[in-house]
Amino acid sequence: MAEISVVLPSVLQPLAGGQSYLTAPADGTVTVGWLLDSVTEDYPVLARRLRDETGALRRYVNIYVNGDEVRRLQGLDTEVAAGQEVLIIQSVAGG
Amino acid sequence: MGCMATPESYVLAIGTKKGLWLATSQDRKQWSFTGPHFLMSEIPSIGIDTRDGRTRIMVGVRSEHWGPTVAHSDDLGATWTEPEQGAIKFPDGTDAAVERIWQIYPDAESRPGVVWAGAEPISVWKSTDGGEHFELNRGLWDHPHRSEWGAGYGGAAAHSIVVNPSGDNVHVAMSTGGVYRSLDGGSSWEPRNKGISAYFMPDPNPEFGQCVHKIAADAAVEGRLYAQNHHGVYRSDDNAESWESIAEGLPADFGFVMLTHPRRAGTAWVIPLKADGERIPPEGRLAVHRTDDAGGTWKRLDAGLPQVEYNAVLRDAAAVDSAEPAGVYFGTRGGSVYASADEGESFAEVASHLPDVLCVRAAAVADAKVAATVSA
Repeated sequence: MAEISVVLPSVLQPLAGGQSYLTAPADGTVTVGWLLDSVTEDYPVLARRLRDETGALRRYVNIYVNGDEVRRLQGLDTEVAAGQEVLIIQSVAGG
Repeated sequence: MGCMATPESYVLAIGTKKGLWLATSQDRKQWSFTGPHFLMSEIPSIGIDTRDGRTRIMVGVRSEHWGPTVAHSDDLGATWTEPEQGAIKFPDGTDAAVERIWQIYPDAESRPGVVWAGAEPISVWKSTDGGEHFELNRGLWDHPHRSEWGAGYGGAAAHSIVVNPSGDNVHVAMSTGGVYRSLDGGSSWEPRNKGISAYFMPDPNPEFGQCVHKIAADAAVEGRLYAQNHHGVYRSDDNAESWESIAEGLPADFGFVMLTHPRRAGTAWVIPLKADGERIPPEGRLAVHRTDDAGGTWKRLDAGLPQVEYNAVLRDAAAVDSAEPAGVYFGTRGGSVYASADEGESFAEVASHLPDVLCVRAAAVADAKVAATVSA
């Protein structure tokens, strides 16, 4: 089965057992929301770092699909196809 | 690097805008520091729980990027535990998310394991397992006033929780909203702000809506409470049914801190700031003020404090320990932390040049061990 990779920033990798990316099996397309559910299923602390308890993406967490930030697409409903790469990057924030 | 153990020690925890520092001392004069823990996360709340024969430090942690959480350590910060499913989160159906944990309040000695939390958005929480899992207080969350509560400058939060010895009476203060009281252990709540000014509202004496900055209970007189308001310092002798001003004798009635003695009736401390529009120590001269007669008179305490200090002290950036005589501790937004081992008669700067201090807590513990690796 084809896979989709989600690349983690280094600061979050300890919450995924030290892995730099996580993969989910996917035939055809899936949504970014589904993908996050899938790859964080075994890593609940990582899941909370990315989204709050309502399921909303945290304000300074950016997710890129093929170089586009998902808020400029369809947010967590943005579709991703097998073979595409998804990047999680923290935005520039804080003082 | 050293590791010490003595039968009587003190723990000081300093939460800042960019991490947590911990210190231990045998004499409350020389302190050994570790930190920063949680570098780049703010620590707006700390609870030191010395019940159950252990010293558990609980911290509210908030990353600008990764959100809020509660972690705890049973080994003075050598290791930290964050419950996998999260210690504190709004249940399904509330459509709300925790923004910041403002208060972690271990309950009485007679109720081991019970820990209260106050959070933003305005909410109160209760844990019965030592702070590993908190349940939302539905009585306050579902209160019909909630939609009318507002946000102070720092956010809309329940920041003060006071529980009486029997556990029936719970007082909460929120900014803005004021004081709410429960007589049934937290099931139902009513506003109790009679006498507290809300000068910034069209009706300056509303039933609720006040910006009460901090409340604390008298150690020995049941039903007596003290409040530092957004302008105004008050005492209640009737379980918050009514409040009267005790600001006379203070250089200013603005400020954020309200501390009470761990055992002695009538003793409380405030740290005045000049005014809402001038949030600095009056004339740039930082001082703690203590009353020993429940607000009848105040004594200025500034021995050991700097001649000039323009930084404010935030509502939870001050604490007392339970020792005899009581220790008094506070930190400034300029990153200085001052400690007194004699109830405020004299202070010494124990840390300086830290990030903005958001929260300070201290405790006397039976057996403190700390690996001193970093000096603040």
